[in-house]
Amino acid sequence: MRIDEIFRTEYGRILATLIRVLGDFDVAEDALQEAFAAALERWPAAGLPANPVAWLIGTARHKAIDRLRRRTRLARKEAEIARHIELSTAEEEAPVPEDRLRLIFTCCHPALATEAQVALTLRTLGGLSTEEIARAFLVPASTMAQRLVRAKAKIRVARIPYEVPPDDALTGRLEAVLMVVYLVFNEGYAASFGDRLVRHDLCEQAIRLGRMLVELLPAHAEAKGLLALMLLHDSRRESRLDGAGEIVLLEEQDRTRWDRAQIDEGAALVEASLHDGGRPPGAYALQAAIAAIHAQAPTAVETDWTQIAALYGVLARVHSTPVVELNRAVAVAMSSGIERGLALVDDLERRGELAGYHLLPVARAELLRRLGRHAEAAQSYRGALALVNNDAERRHLEKRLREVVSSSSLR
Amino acid sequence: MRYMLLIYDEETKVAKMSKPERGAIHQEYGEFIDDIRKKGAFLAGDPLQPTSTATTVRGKNGKTITTDGPFAETKEQLGGYFIVEAKNLDEAIAIAARIPSVRVGGSIEVRPIMEIDFSK
Repeated sequence: MRIDEIFRTEYGRILATLIRVLGDFDVAEDALQEAFAAALERWPAAGLPANPVAWLIGTARHKAIDRLRRRTRLARKEAEIARHIELSTAEEEAPVPEDRLRLIFTCCHPALATEAQVALTLRTLGGLSTEEIARAFLVPASTMAQRLVRAKAKIRVARIPYEVPPDDALTGRLEAVLMVVYLVFNEGYAASFGDRLVRHDLCEQAIRLGRMLVELLPAHAEAKGLLALMLLHDSRRESRLDGAGEIVLLEEQDRTRWDRAQIDEGAALVEASLHDGGRPPGAYALQAAIAAIHAQAPTAVETDWTQIAALYGVLARVHSTPVVELNRAVAVAMSSGIERGLALVDDLERRGELAGYHLLPVARAELLRRLGRHAEAAQSYRGALALVNNDAERRHLEKRLREVVSSSSLR
Repeated sequence: MRYMLLIYDEETKVAKMSKPERGAIHQEYGEFIDDIRKKGAFLAGDPLQPTSTATTVRGKNGKTITTDGPFAETKEQLGGYFIVEAKNLDEAIAIAARIPSVRVGGSIEVRPIMEIDFSK
């Protein structure tokens, strides 16, 4: 294994242990940076140590002690940390799996702002640099740095505990963790703007975190559901955009380019998350089940829309949001008649809860287009264009608008 | 009769103070506390950590909602206070969530107290 590979795969695991041993985020981060620098200096000539992770933890610990000793007057905080390290034994320093859980639950603590939770999780468990996170979220690096500093200061000063929540609080706290992981995934998946490489890295990071949660919390079906959902969406990454970077709709995608191994893994996780000892399935498991039906359909026309509509019906009961209602309306249109689905979309529009959400007029326009009502479809495409932010989506809608306008003028 | 004196400062201004300026204020606080203590007026008093360390606890449908940041609404008014000893923020939040006002729409701002020894 190469040093940069170790950095990428082991950074979070090592840092999680160091924070526990050293008792402070900043001290642990600095010490680990120094340990990696020492590895870069030594390993190429001396060869890889037998246990690189243990070597890095041991070296980081020494670096932390050295640094504290170099300071002539020990401030209170440093004295506390020094005492903490001196008391730690080799056994305590060994990385344990709960360390990474401690770290993610601390990073995703509800007393931190959501954007800080996301940034801190990527910085500590993902090992992303502040600049990389800033680029991925399209904010200046200084803003992101400030966000991270403030979050770490709050953890320290307000004493957010470095603990896995007790059983009675775990499910609730896990919800927040899963939301952060899914936010990271969506940030990478949804957009076709910005640096595409960085953005796909976000999807990979989210999937890696999802795997970690499934591994460390095997009894929690929603973690499996989320991992399944991410794997199934990500299996289509190669076919979602064409060579020119234009959006290719699901029904027009080249299904031979979908990642079969990832679909199989996702589908198996869906089964596991749906059959959770008689407990009703959660929102992630249901969304993953819907994604699995799409992923497993040999062609677009063979998609089992009846089952998808039924699953959206269940989802609307456990997790009722206007967006879920909109998706259900489309599934109903595809399974039991466009008019019926269109009536549901119109109903949603009248309720006004999705005002400003461009996918509502997009769905309406698509259904009207299928019904051959081109003039009305054109009007809805124009409505959607007034709301859309993403350039690739805008170009796609403009293309559709041109098509329906020429069709309606031909008649 | 006991009175509560609430201190409002401009945090950014305080943060920008020079070392001597801060030292002077610090000393003045020390002298002030000594004096009111001698006169038997001092009951309790502490500086608080900045609002960036604050957490607001609310109730919604029987569930506790925890958010980052100080209490910022203007509709409600300060109605009381508790100083509690807790092992960490989770314990403090758990106690805050049990304050009866939370059940009827009140909010609790949880702010760490700064540990400062004014005798030095």
